[in-house]
Amino acid sequence: MANVTLRNVRKTYTGGFEAIKGVNVDVGDGQFCVLVGPSGCGKSTLLRMVAGLETVTGGEIDIGGKVVNQVEPADRDIAMVFQNYALYPHMSVFNNMAYGLRNRRMPEAEIKTRVEEAARVLELTSMLERKPRQLSGGQRQRVAMGRAIVRQPKVFLFDEPLSNLDAKLRISMRVEIRKLQRRLNVTSIYVTHDQLEAMTLADILVVMNGGQVEQVGNPLAIYEKPATTFVASFIGAPPMNLMSTHPDEIKSQLGGAASQAGILGIRPEDFVMTDQTPSGGVALSLTVEAVERVGAETFVYGSRAQDAQRIAATPGELPPGEVIVRIPGTEAPAIGAKIRVAAVRNKLHLFSSDGRTRLEA
Amino acid sequence: MQKQAIFQSKLLPYLLVAPQLAVVLIFFYWPALQAVIQSFLLQDAFGLSSNFVWFDNYIELFKDPAYFESIVRTFFFSFAIAVSSLSFALLLAVMADKPLRGSMLYRTLLIWPYAVAPPVVGVLWIFMLHPSLGVLARYLRAAGIDWNPLLDSNQAATLIILAAAWKQISYNFLFFLAGLQAIPKSVFEAAAIDGARPMRRFWTVTFPLLSPTIFFLLVVNIVYAFFDTFGIIDTMTRGGPGTSTVTLVYKVYTDGLLGGNLGSSAAQSVILMILVIVLTGIQFRFVERKVTY
Repeated sequence: MANVTLRNVRKTYTGGFEAIKGVNVDVGDGQFCVLVGPSGCGKSTLLRMVAGLETVTGGEIDIGGKVVNQVEPADRDIAMVFQNYALYPHMSVFNNMAYGLRNRRMPEAEIKTRVEEAARVLELTSMLERKPRQLSGGQRQRVAMGRAIVRQPKVFLFDEPLSNLDAKLRISMRVEIRKLQRRLNVTSIYVTHDQLEAMTLADILVVMNGGQVEQVGNPLAIYEKPATTFVASFIGAPPMNLMSTHPDEIKSQLGGAASQAGILGIRPEDFVMTDQTPSGGVALSLTVEAVERVGAETFVYGSRAQDAQRIAATPGELPPGEVIVRIPGTEAPAIGAKIRVAAVRNKLHLFSSDGRTRLEA
Repeated sequence: MQKQAIFQSKLLPYLLVAPQLAVVLIFFYWPALQAVIQSFLLQDAFGLSSNFVWFDNYIELFKDPAYFESIVRTFFFSFAIAVSSLSFALLLAVMADKPLRGSMLYRTLLIWPYAVAPPVVGVLWIFMLHPSLGVLARYLRAAGIDWNPLLDSNQAATLIILAAAWKQISYNFLFFLAGLQAIPKSVFEAAAIDGARPMRRFWTVTFPLLSPTIFFLLVVNIVYAFFDTFGIIDTMTRGGPGTSTVTLVYKVYTDGLLGGNLGSSAAQSVILMILVIVLTGIQFRFVERKVTY
């Protein structure tokens, strides 16, 4: 059981590329921390630095009150689950799980007890004699989990452990991992690029972008009050609609607040189809371009009547001027129809023009 | 799945493989057949006539203690060459597998010796270790070692093994490096996190995962040591001193071409042929089965 504290952690590769530009994160004992961000944001590098697989070029990594920058991976008392599971292909399931214990010279009888207990929890008992290649993806994943839990380490590290599984299995394993972590109460750091996984697993969510932390906090708090436009568009699906506050249509509705804010964000689920404008809120006129009906809900892709520019936070997302609206699945406006949607004041997110600062609406 | 190509004419497929078949027939099967026929014949001293003698050549051969010595010697050489070359190549490959600066350069340099022809290898080592010409031989003598492979048969054998193993290192290195790179890095990382120190990691993870490669190379190296060391032996010792470095292949040459005993020489090559067939059979069998851990 241990805290994991990252103090101004940096990683600069020889050649000058700065992969991690000063990260501060504090993960409390038994907490589940999720690092989330787009590919190349440095989240995996950061995790590997905690594991000791990458050197730290600046700052301190502290596990359980001890700075481990110079400590070998074996001596950090961590266990890691890899994206490709990294099982030892020539060893049986039993030996895969026992390997770490044998290396630590644990008595064979205790190894047997621990491995069998882990196998029972993970429903692998009937497969202990098999080789990894005789297992399905989900089973391999569970062996990788088993290898981590038999060690009873201070910290679990997960590097996108579910990304090689099919969608259905991913959801059930996600729940399994969370249950297991709660029961064992081991501090965990989990890397993913899937914001849904991040939201559902995390006690603390760390949103990363370009080697920096964009925001740290409780997942729901981040969802409700994203600190930057990057976080706003990354957390939540479909992403938050971001638009310039300058067109008259919006400026007049926002009043004074618009003068400081450059960007207005509204989540698709915060829109209501209505002809009225809520006081202090924002109403938009849209022409329906496309409608996606997924059962419980309907997504409407509308273009703004005005020449307004929607600000694409990540290039290549929605075309400028397009707005996504989520409405109940029972409704479905016709394509080409003109609709009016509105959001109330406390559902508006205002950001500075560069998108780096959140302003109170 | 149907993988059959469809030809309009029945003749065309045969025509297409004909050149390859012709090469194989003329340069492999024809001489092989000649050797088999020759092995049943005994020529008179002047090479003017020959008699069909059934298996007499073979019987003579197996009665000859020199032939048995040669068999033992060849097996000893083969294992010594294979083991030393494999272990050194594996060591180099493990070292070269690390992400170091300029790795492409030294990996390339390590592969170069493979391009050197066996007789050139022989000459190269002679320049280093010839008792009167050799650069290194002088130092050995200075160090108090009575170095003279032209007279000392153990030293001659060592020299042959050294040179032959050296040449094969590159080839083995290449396969080992490829084998190492085929193992996902994360497996080693997992082992490191699992508390295995580098040596233990090597013996419990790297080595077992390379075992198919090791087995494959073992067979290739033995075949190499059996047959391709001819050039090295011929340039370095010519089988001497005495017959102390005469291997089976070299004996085929000395008995047949130098000794003029074509019947015995042919019989020896037939035996070698059978040996190669067996070795290749073993190799194919295991390669097909993809010997795995």
